[in-house]
Amino acid sequence: MTRRVVVTGLGVVAPNANGVRDFELALRKGRSGIRTNEKMIESGFGSHVAGVPEGIDELAESYFSADLLLAMNSGHRCAAIAGVDAWTDAGFARPDPDADEVDWDTGAVLGTGIGGMDTIAKSVVPLTDAGRVRRLGSVAVEQVMSSGVSARLSGILALGNQVTTNSSACSTGSEAIAMGLERIRCGLAKRMLCGGAEGVSHYIWAGFDAMRVLCRRFNDAPERASRPMSATAAGFVPSAGAGILMLESLESAQDRGTRILAEVAGSAINCGGQRGGGSMTAPNSDGVRRCIKAALADARVAPEEVGAINGHLTATSADPREVDSWAAALECSPSALPPITSTKSMIGHALGAAGGIESVACVLMLQGGFVHPSINCEDVHPEIEPYAASIPHAALQTPDLRVVVKAGFGFGDVNTCLVFRKWSE
Amino acid sequence: MEKTEIFDRVVEILTPYVKNQEALNGVSLTTHILDDLKVNSARLVDVVLEFEDAFNLEIDDDDVDTVETVGNAVELIQAKIGQ
Repeated sequence: MTRRVVVTGLGVVAPNANGVRDFELALRKGRSGIRTNEKMIESGFGSHVAGVPEGIDELAESYFSADLLLAMNSGHRCAAIAGVDAWTDAGFARPDPDADEVDWDTGAVLGTGIGGMDTIAKSVVPLTDAGRVRRLGSVAVEQVMSSGVSARLSGILALGNQVTTNSSACSTGSEAIAMGLERIRCGLAKRMLCGGAEGVSHYIWAGFDAMRVLCRRFNDAPERASRPMSATAAGFVPSAGAGILMLESLESAQDRGTRILAEVAGSAINCGGQRGGGSMTAPNSDGVRRCIKAALADARVAPEEVGAINGHLTATSADPREVDSWAAALECSPSALPPITSTKSMIGHALGAAGGIESVACVLMLQGGFVHPSINCEDVHPEIEPYAASIPHAALQTPDLRVVVKAGFGFGDVNTCLVFRKWSE
Repeated sequence: MEKTEIFDRVVEILTPYVKNQEALNGVSLTTHILDDLKVNSARLVDVVLEFEDAFNLEIDDDDVDTVETVGNAVELIQAKIGQ
């Protein structure tokens, strides 16, 4: 028998709100967190807009000791705040940093797409090139190692099960959840903190701007710049933050008598092999469809049971093909597609954190019985027009919402699909 | 520079790295930086860089190895300032 896995805690740091309650309000209202970014202007970017979570440093100072803060770059700060929030939301107290107890039953798969680029750019490269390696001090390695985000969280929470960082570009956060699900199902852990984090840094975003995949046409109207599924979509808006879920075996959650927020009913991870239209930067649609179908099969959920779709939907030219793939995978006509929404329309594309933050949104929608709006696509893309009735421009009240499917796709033609179900025995 | 002035500045620099904040209340020249203040040994590298900036001097790696107590740090800095 496969162990059932549930979500017992959530933590989020996002451009449009920090903390689960404020994030839910922002989602319901369709609040954009996209703002003008001075660093991008100064550095000659074509795009001048980004999604930066507000007040991270002040929040971090209220959460962590001076000693810890000295070694935390912005990705670490987002990860640690969201991780601690998910931990306490699941009913646990923060452990005494001086105590020796370790929680051997809880681990973490906490991913990042790019890692400590801000530390590399601001200290490692300039100090090394200047022959001043010694000035790097002790904190450079832990900030630039890919596993820095998960290592940081495990130290704060004394996690003793597997603690690792996955990286699969923009599919990272979703993939982390699928990996944690698998570990708990296998009986190797009772609980896994899973999701993704990405730091705030124009150095992370620069290469995307050079590729001309960032939105440049709405520099004067930041809140309108992230436009998934729109006829005037002009590229994605880069952003940052963290979204972390406490996944827990149903048995453990029931033994603790803790509140259950949703069930992670199934998942699938695959790669399109960079064939059949797929490439380093574009998905093979066959791979996407197989991934969605495999996740539904894993969850034993029939296509007609899907109540809402939280797409990858970044506001690039890939959106129309993604929407077609959803309909194909769910074997439905365009007019029968369930409500489809893009969290990125409000928060931009948080890269390695995207799947984590957007999965938090999925759980909140199941709990609250709503589908958040997909903003900035009143002018639906002509190729998406047949699906127009399925795109909510304001929050939908859906008290009977039972299944939300989330997908994340990444450079390298990698895909993850997650199936979240409203909790019931 | 007076020894007490160096001591105060050394303690100020150590403060954010101290895990046992209670031990700071009774800090003296004989307070052990790792054992009493519970500073993470890896962070001594950063503490030394801050000493160098604060007192405008250079401390080589061999000298760093002689520092165990707050007093050792104060004496080392005082000697370097005098050179």
